[in-house]
Amino acid sequence: MTDDLLAHNVPELTVSELSGALRRTVETAFSRVRVRGEISQPKCAASGHWYLRLKDDEAVIDGIIWRGQAAKLPVRPEEGMEVIATGRLTTYPGRSSYQIVIDSLELAGEGALLKLLEDRRKRLAAEGLFDAARKKPLPFLPGVVGVVTSPTGAVIRDILHRITDRFPLRVLLWPVAVQGDGAARAIVAAIEGFNSLDPAGPIPRPDVLIVARGGGSLEDLMAFNEESVVRAAAASQIPLISAVGHETDVTLIDHAADVRAPTPTGAAEIAVPVRAELVARVLGLAERLERSTTRLFGDRRERLEALARGLPRLDRLLEPLAQRLDDRGERLERVIAGLMERCGRDLADRGGRLQPGLLLRPCEAGLTRLQDLGARLDRESARGLADRQARLEALAPRLESVSHRSVLARGYALVRRVSDGTLVTSAGRAGAGEDLALVFSDGTLGVRVEGGGAPVLPSPAAARAPAGAASAGADAVMPAGPGSGVPETAPVSTPAPASAAVSAGGTVSGTVVSGGVPDAAQPAGAPAAASPARPRRSPRKGEADQRQASFLDDFE
Amino acid sequence: MSAKKDPAKTASADAGTDGMPAIDTLTFEQALAELESIVRQLEAGSVDLESAVRFYERGVALRRRCETRLAEARMSVESIARTPEGETGLAPFGTE
Repeated sequence: MTDDLLAHNVPELTVSELSGALRRTVETAFSRVRVRGEISQPKCAASGHWYLRLKDDEAVIDGIIWRGQAAKLPVRPEEGMEVIATGRLTTYPGRSSYQIVIDSLELAGEGALLKLLEDRRKRLAAEGLFDAARKKPLPFLPGVVGVVTSPTGAVIRDILHRITDRFPLRVLLWPVAVQGDGAARAIVAAIEGFNSLDPAGPIPRPDVLIVARGGGSLEDLMAFNEESVVRAAAASQIPLISAVGHETDVTLIDHAADVRAPTPTGAAEIAVPVRAELVARVLGLAERLERSTTRLFGDRRERLEALARGLPRLDRLLEPLAQRLDDRGERLERVIAGLMERCGRDLADRGGRLQPGLLLRPCEAGLTRLQDLGARLDRESARGLADRQARLEALAPRLESVSHRSVLARGYALVRRVSDGTLVTSAGRAGAGEDLALVFSDGTLGVRVEGGGAPVLPSPAAARAPAGAASAGADAVMPAGPGSGVPETAPVSTPAPASAAVSAGGTVSGTVVSGGVPDAAQPAGAPAAASPARPRRSPRKGEADQRQASFLDDFE
Repeated sequence: MSAKKDPAKTASADAGTDGMPAIDTLTFEQALAELESIVRQLEAGSVDLESAVRFYERGVALRRRCETRLAEARMSVESIARTPEGETGLAPFGTE
């Protein structure tokens, strides 16, 4: 029992007392340590604290990064990251564990850092942050250039010098720390600040941004590898040129920038053209404008003048036309002449065929028909004539019986005045010395009146009556009166028998007219004489008329 | 950015003659590119006379525009500064 009591002379501690003692011991002994290891199972709690484990091949130790410190870390804890953690050890009595409270983390070794950057680059590239399609073209001639870099140092001076040399313009500097704690945040703020400027505000919004830093170690350039900086550069609406470190240094912002410049000076050259070159270019264009315009107008003028020279004079233009007109006129005449000649030939040709023979046939036909008709007419008229002759012959004795001839035959005579052939029907009408013709039935006697016109006839009444009868008879038979050569043409009203008698008397005028042809024999003889001639006569109508007339003559 | 040959893009009220964008709305690069285009067409000699006159006049105006812009060259450097109230302001910046 005593041993047990003795055994128990070691002061008895509670768990809390022991844990507390242990904690004091650990924290005292390891108030600041640097431990190298590989990060395992990093985890950011909702509170913003980071929990992770550091391990090597054989051991592991829990680690914690309080929120305040986590924000300042240059690198974000990642699985497998080889780091050197700086901090202090403490215990967590509630779980009987110890852990390291990390103040800062740094990558352990360059290879590890490069591997980290490569992994990050791949991750961001997979997001499309570095896509070529996202690249924005740089303005040809910016009005304002925004520069994000340290206000001190050679970088800003180099940039400003180069811009001045090329094309002096307005430069806005957004001063930032380019390394160390807070550099990344300042750079992000500067990029976003420039982008948020109102173009119409008091501070002009740059047309192009240059994010620059001079050369340095990989660690020095780490701010430009920070994911936040890379994302801000990729999100910038203003075209962004990155120029970090030397030409061989590549940071992740270079991938996200629209253009990567090898150096800050190079960035200035990319951002700003050379004014003198532009002036020369504009002048060259102006000169070409003048020259080409002059040549253009000169060419047109030359062409115009050449065309004007080639334009023929009006008369030259008309001459060939006039010639053609003459030619055509000539040809027209020839053609017409030829045409007329041909027509003449045609006419002659056809006229030649127009022979009298053509007319002969119808003429002959007509003649034949005429002869035919004539023959018929002869026949008909002959028959008619025969009839009429028969009638006439029948009438002749009757006519004779009432003619003055018959009166004359009974011993009367007609007295005619020889001078005018008029009948002297009274003694008083015959003047003394007048030649009278006494017409008897068998002839005429010429007498001269002696003494005054006293009637000498023994019986004036007897003489008067026969005379009157004779006169009336002469009038009645006038058409067939003696001495009438053309009785058919003499008007009935004229005293043709008297004139005929005169002419007849004229032919026998003299003292005595002796022995005329006995009139009475003729009517009988004439038809007899005419009859034989009738068949011989032409059947023509005219001849028929003539024949009729001669028949009457014969009759007379 | 090259709206120089597309009149439809610049149907603004102050558009220039012939449906071309007004000269003073053009950036230096646009003016320069259009001037180059005009010079090339005139040098090709394929434009008719009336167009040539218009082209020439516009070319002269574009040249003036470019030269004006080039004459504006003046260096000024300012630094963004935060006022105590957190406002963003400008301050002259000396390189030395």
